[in-house]
Amino acid sequence: VTIGWYLAVSAIVFCIGAGGVLTRRNPLVVLLCLELMLNGANLALVAFARLWGGEDGQVFALIVMVIAACEVTVGLGMIVAIYRRHLPIDVDELNELQG
Amino acid sequence: VVFPDIMFFIAAIGAITGAVGVVAVRNPFYSVLMLIVHLISLAALFMILQAQFVAAAQVVVYAGAVMVLYLFVVAYVGGGEQLASGVLLRFLGPLFALGLAVVLCMAMLGTALKGITTQGAHIGSHFGTPARIGTLLLTKYLFPFEVASIILMVAAVGAVVLARRRRGLEAVSGERLEFRVSTAPPALTGTMAEAAGVRVPRPQDMEPEVEVIGRRREGGW
Repeated sequence: VTIGWYLAVSAIVFCIGAGGVLTRRNPLVVLLCLELMLNGANLALVAFARLWGGEDGQVFALIVMVIAACEVTVGLGMIVAIYRRHLPIDVDELNELQG
Repeated sequence: VVFPDIMFFIAAIGAITGAVGVVAVRNPFYSVLMLIVHLISLAALFMILQAQFVAAAQVVVYAGAVMVLYLFVVAYVGGGEQLASGVLLRFLGPLFALGLAVVLCMAMLGTALKGITTQGAHIGSHFGTPARIGTLLLTKYLFPFEVASIILMVAAVGAVVLARRRRGLEAVSGERLEFRVSTAPPALTGTMAEAAGVRVPRPQDMEPEVEVIGRRREGGW
């Protein structure tokens, strides 16, 4: 199996995630789809690290995982805050900041 | 066909199936479970790519800790109805994803990167071990490593502040009363059964008991 196959899988996962972010309305699922996109990028990074023969890409993948964990923490905190205020848990209805 | 090839196809099919499941399944609880399948398949792919440490971190940190956080929030907030989104996004979203896939495929097929059709560079047996990754993190990538740790701390504090319980009710005299409101929760709420979509009729005629447990001066929060 050549490196191209891994890149193809990563591209497919990224596109599925992008489609999910656009179509789903539950912010929890939108966050999950963001995870999918980040994981697709991660797979590409690790595949390129293997292609290049250096671990730098793997370090980038670890940093991306850290950033993803931060994003999840803040996002879930916001969802809990939204729930506590009895607002609808729906990204289409949460439009108070819209101009 | 050799063993790593078979492993690759199994893991790749698992990863893509998991990804499709996350988007397609209606109940967020099952979406999280599908994402766990996806993450573990991806960890297998990392193993085949000689990234042992990243694979281990993926399973322990991601599929373990982060997904448990997700499951707790899904169980707390509950599934909620998943209505179909607007007509525009409903058709434009998949179309956009398809277009993105086409563009990425074009970029991949038209690449001048010759290594893409090989199995990768020749590597020693120590490639991707924790020792190597740790050395890189503490020498060449020390600054991104430290920045990442600070961002993690900021995110943790921010999440606590965002999700904290707002206490007290405003009284007329500028004095705050603390109430303790106790209602009997509807059956099965706060359990996995609720998160998995078992719907129970909510008792409408339940009077909340309110008792004043103390008075506090205004000031501070």
